[in-house]
Formats: sequence, structure tokens, C-alpha cells
Amino acid sequence: MSEQADQRAQPTDEERVEMLETMLRIREFESRMRDNFADAEIPGFLHLYIGQEAMATGVCQVLEDRDYLTSTHRGHGHCIARGLDTTKMAAEIYGKETGYCNGKGGSMHIADVEAGMLGANGIVAGGVPIATGAALSSKMRGTDQVAVAFFGDGALSEGAFHESFNQAAIWDLPLIGIVENNQYGEMSGIDEQHPPSTHDDLTIYGEPYGAHREQVDGMDVEAVYDAAARAVERARHGEGPSLVECVGYRFEGHHEGDSEFYRDDGEYEHWKSKDPVETYPERLIDEGVLTADEWAAMQADVETEIDEAIEFARESPMPDPQQAYEGLYADGGDSR
Amino acid sequence: MSLASRETEEMAVRDVINQTLDEEMERDERVYIQGIDVHGRGGTSNILKGLDEKYGRERVRNTPISEVSIVGSALGAAATGMRPVVEIMYCGFLGVAGDQLLNQVAKMRYMFGGKLDLPLVIRTKNVMGANAAAQHSQALHHWLAAIPGLKVVCTSTPEDTKGLFKAAIRSNDPIMLFEHGSVYNETGQVPVEDYTFEIGEAAVEREGEDVTVVATQAQLWNALEAAEQLGEEGISVEVVNPRTISPLDTETIAASARKTGRCVVVDDTPLSYGTQSQIAADVSEEAFFDLDFPVQRLGIPDVPTPFSPSLENEILIDTDDIVDAILTLA
Ligand SMILES: Cc1ncc(C[n+]2csc(CCOP(=O)(O)OP(=O)(O)O)c2C)c(N)n1
Ligand SMILES: [Mg+2]
Repeated sequence: MSEQADQRAQPTDEERVEMLETMLRIREFESRMRDNFADAEIPGFLHLYIGQEAMATGVCQVLEDRDYLTSTHRGHGHCIARGLDTTKMAAEIYGKETGYCNGKGGSMHIADVEAGMLGANGIVAGGVPIATGAALSSKMRGTDQVAVAFFGDGALSEGAFHESFNQAAIWDLPLIGIVENNQYGEMSGIDEQHPPSTHDDLTIYGEPYGAHREQVDGMDVEAVYDAAARAVERARHGEGPSLVECVGYRFEGHHEGDSEFYRDDGEYEHWKSKDPVETYPERLIDEGVLTADEWAAMQADVETEIDEAIEFARESPMPDPQQAYEGLYADGGDSR
Repeated sequence: MSLASRETEEMAVRDVINQTLDEEMERDERVYIQGIDVHGRGGTSNILKGLDEKYGRERVRNTPISEVSIVGSALGAAATGMRPVVEIMYCGFLGVAGDQLLNQVAKMRYMFGGKLDLPLVIRTKNVMGANAAAQHSQALHHWLAAIPGLKVVCTSTPEDTKGLFKAAIRSNDPIMLFEHGSVYNETGQVPVEDYTFEIGEAAVEREGEDVTVVATQAQLWNALEAAEQLGEEGISVEVVNPRTISPLDTETIAASARKTGRCVVVDDTPLSYGTQSQIAADVSEEAFFDLDFPVQRLGIPDVPTPFSPSLENEILIDTDDIVDAILTLA
């Protein structure tokens, strides 16, 4: 079992409303990307974060701007929760010159290094060692920055995860691993990927490394916030790495176009009843933190924002083909 | 190629792969498949569909997302009596399994004094032109071919896919089998009978007199198209398919270059330190005094594959590029 939380970290009402807006922004952005991908507006392939909004949102809410994060192939939610600009994200996904990577990266490689966002990643677990290195660097430079690595349940099977956590533990690095357990790695369930001894609690993988461990409801943004707050606090104070498992679900396929043959009957409905973008606004309205009118206004605003982001992406120019040869080396010596 | 006397059927490359694996699994129960989502999804490109139901989870084994042990455990199984066929989803993920490929698979037999057989096939795919960005879009057969101890095969046509798959699975050496995402849906005549193509043997796919084009995978199809176009203009192009990158059939390739006196090599790996350079060097050594021009190389410029279609199209090699290269020699 995970360690028991000693003290609950409670977001302020202002933060709660902010988190709702972040989750809504992710949902709206992703839904529009899904539709526009289906309309063949978007090249390449697309892995969406729909259903998992509470995970990135709760974690990023407790981070400071100076902190670092690494992400995955399913990275749009992490970027938005980090505060990246949906306009430049959309442009990147559309392959436009105005995107975060000038069209070189696309959906799977959005990065904003100045904002501490060290990249989505097409290689499963590829970001974990990079976050470990950011944590090492902040320690060596004597700052109190922490590094968060987001990764899926499937990534726990890669050596890169284990090697990183071992190293972070030996060196007491401010590394926080967020396992986003959405029940599947691609089309294979947890039972095909991990031994039974781990199924109830994937944070057990952090045990031999002495990581602080917590398992939370990944559909409950405040539960995520709470666990993340403790992990970040520990990391900032030199108490070493943590591993937090967010248990949840993705409502879309592994990638767009996935036939989703592997879902069990009733499974989707079960998780859908916990949909954070449906349940959280109800809760905030019930508790008087937000009025129904404010919620409606928030929805309208976010919709407009995403409309504008997509319009910008559509209208932006494709990169000049010659840019293919630029940006490879620091000394400007580009390809042969 | 003379298929005249044999019974053939029209098939797509992806169906040939499925059927050939099926036949080999039926023929030899030591042959089994392991990889990510090979059961259920049918592998990355859904090519293995149906094999799961027929052979069950024991022989179509879903692995965790663990390339080191996907490759390494197959090596161990091959060393001890099994004949694994491994799938690595995209060739870029070979990097995760780096040590197993470089230091284990390639070297085990030799270091042990040549005393054990390693009947292991590692299937993966090259991808270009799919807007899949740098980590999912590249061709890497040259990288593996640079390691002594690995045989490297590139499949291109329905016919060679069958012959090379069968040869690879029946071989007692580790074989890296590179497929190419752009040729899966290409169709052609495939002999119905059981046959193998020797690993290390190239094929002349189209005979010609004026220029030799040596081309692999998607570029083989482009080269055949270029030959067709130029044929209408009176330029006769011979197209050679190396089939195996390592060991390379220098003899067949050089014989063609000697005959035509002109040679273009085209391949989807980066231009530098790649397949093109190796073939060009071999042709130059073997056929120098019969060549009228230096061997020309076409490859991907030395950059990672960019995502945006406008950028990726800039670096891709297409039929026009091959036509242009041929015309500079004409
Ligand atoms: C090294 C590597 N192996 C395989 C893949 C193919 N792949 C992409 S996503 C994925 C599943 C990842 O599962 P998980 O970590 O649970 O993340 P999720 O997709 O569920 O968010 C796989 C196998 C890859 N991108 N990189
Ligand atoms: Mg998962």
C-alpha cells in the first residue's frame, strides 16, 4: 500500500476555479483536435488526453514556473496544464511555422524549454532520464527547482524508468514521477504488462528505490493536487524522489483511428461517470465556489480561445521547405 | 524475373507477410512471434491479424513495453532451441534495444567460437513520408548493417517478401528484417509454391542497357516508375534490388554497372555513412574501368525527419529525383 498522507494539501477556491478552467481547456482543445483530425486537417498521428485532464492539472497546479517537466506521446494535456499557449500548440500540431517547434516536431514533440517544458516524447519512458537530469542539474546548481516526469503505466516496463529512479534515489534528486495509469499501454491491459503483485498499486515499482509513494484517484483533481503537493514539497527540501500513481482512464482510443476492440463491456460507462470535466464543475457549484452562470461563461470563453487558436493554426503558413536544413547544430553549421 | 512457368497470385506485401509467417509457424512449431500488441492488434501495422487466434497466446506473445528484453529474451530463446520472430514496432525503437543488438545478438556466436546457432528474426519497419516526425520516421538498415554479425535484409516487393521471410526464418543466423511502411499496400504477383531467396543475393527487377539504378524498398518502386517514364524517352534503365544489405551481393550489382557503364544508388537512409556510400564504393572498386561516370548517390539529407509536410517533402526522395539523377548521367 502507498504511504498514508500525513496532512492534506487543500487548494484555495481561486486555485480550484483555475484547475477547472485548465481541465476544460484541455478537454476543449483535445476535442477540437479529434474532430479536425477526423476531417483530415491534421497530419501524422494523434494521442489525446481526454479523460486524464485531472492528472496533469492537479500536478502542474502545485509547480512553480521555475520547475521542469517532461511528457509523453500523449502530451497536449501536460503542455496546457503547464500554461503553454494553445495557439502555438495548435499551430505545431498543424505543422505550421508559427508552432512551438516551427513545424519540426508536431503533436508528439511539443516543447517550450524556456517554460521548463522539456518536451513531449515519442519514445515510451524517453522523458524519465531527461527529467532525472534536470533534477540533477538543479541540485548541482544549488536551486530548489524540482523536475516532474509524466509517463504512462506502460512506461514502467522500460529500463529507462528503473535506471532513472535508481540513480535519483542514490543521489537524492528532486524527481517526481507521475504514473498516469489509464488502464492500458496501447491495446494491452495492465494484466498483460505487469505482474499481479503490482496491479493494485503500481507505485510498488518505486519501493526498492525508496521513493515516497502515493496512489490517488486520477479522476479527482484535488486528490492529485494533494499528493503532488507533498511530493513537490519533499523534493524541494532535498528529501529525494517520489512516485505518484494517478488511477484513471482515457476516453479516446490509444491514438485516433484505434478501433478500441479491447475495452470490456461497461468499462467506459463506469469511468465516464467519474469524468472530471463533468463532476468537478458540479462539485464547485454545489459548494458555492462557482455559479452556474460563471461556469457557462467559462465554457464560452474557453471555446472562443480554442476557436481562435485553431483559426490561427489554419491560417499560419507552412514552413519554408529550406528550414528543413536549419536548426541542427548550435554553431549554425547545418546539414551537409 | 521469370515467373512465366510458375503459378502465381496477386497479393499485397502486408498479406504476404501474414501468410508467410502463418506457413512458417505451421511448418515448424519452434517458430513463435513476440512483440508489443502482436496479439489482438496484429502488430503495429495490423499485419499479423488472425495469427493470434490460430496460434494462441503462447506463440503470438504480447510483451511489455521493454525493447531490451523483447530482443534479448528472443536471443536467449534462439540460443536454446526456439526460433523467435520479434517485432520492433518502428525501427527507431531499436535504439532502446541497442546493447542487445550490438553486443549480444551480433557477437554471441562469434565470441563463443562459432559454436551455437541463433535462429532469430527481428522484424521492424522503416517509415518515411508519413508525417510521423523524427523518432517514428527514418530508415535505419544501414546502422545495423554496420555491425559485423548481423545480416540485414530489406523487403520491397510481394515476391521478395515471401522468399526473404522464409529464408530468414529458416536461417540459423540472426537476421534483421526491415520492412517499409510505404510498400505494405503495394501488390504484385507472388509464386504460390514454397520458395526461399538466398540471403545475400540481389535481383535484377528490370533489364536495361543505359543506366543501372540500385534501389531499395519504397525507392525500388520509385525507380521502376522512373525507368518506365524514361523508357518512353528512349533511355533504357536497369533496376537492381539488393534485397540483402549485409552481406551485399556486390557481384550482381557490379555486373549491371559494368554492362551499363552508369550507376545511381537510391535508398531512404541518410546520405552520409549509409547504404548508398557502401554500394557506390563497392561498384567503384569492382567496375571502375567500365564506368563512364562516377556513381551517383541519392539519400535523405543528413537531418532528422521533420514533422511538417512542407519540410518532410523537401527531404524525401521521389521518382522525379531519380529521373533527374539518371538524366545527369545520360
Ligand atoms: C520505446 C517505445 N516502444 C514502443 C512504443 C510504441 N508505443 C507508443 S505509446 C505506447 C503505449 C504506452 O503506454 P503507456 O505508457 O501506458 O501510455 P498511454 O499511451 O497509455 O498514455 C507504445 C507501446 C514507443 N513509442 N516507444
Ligand atoms: Mg497507459
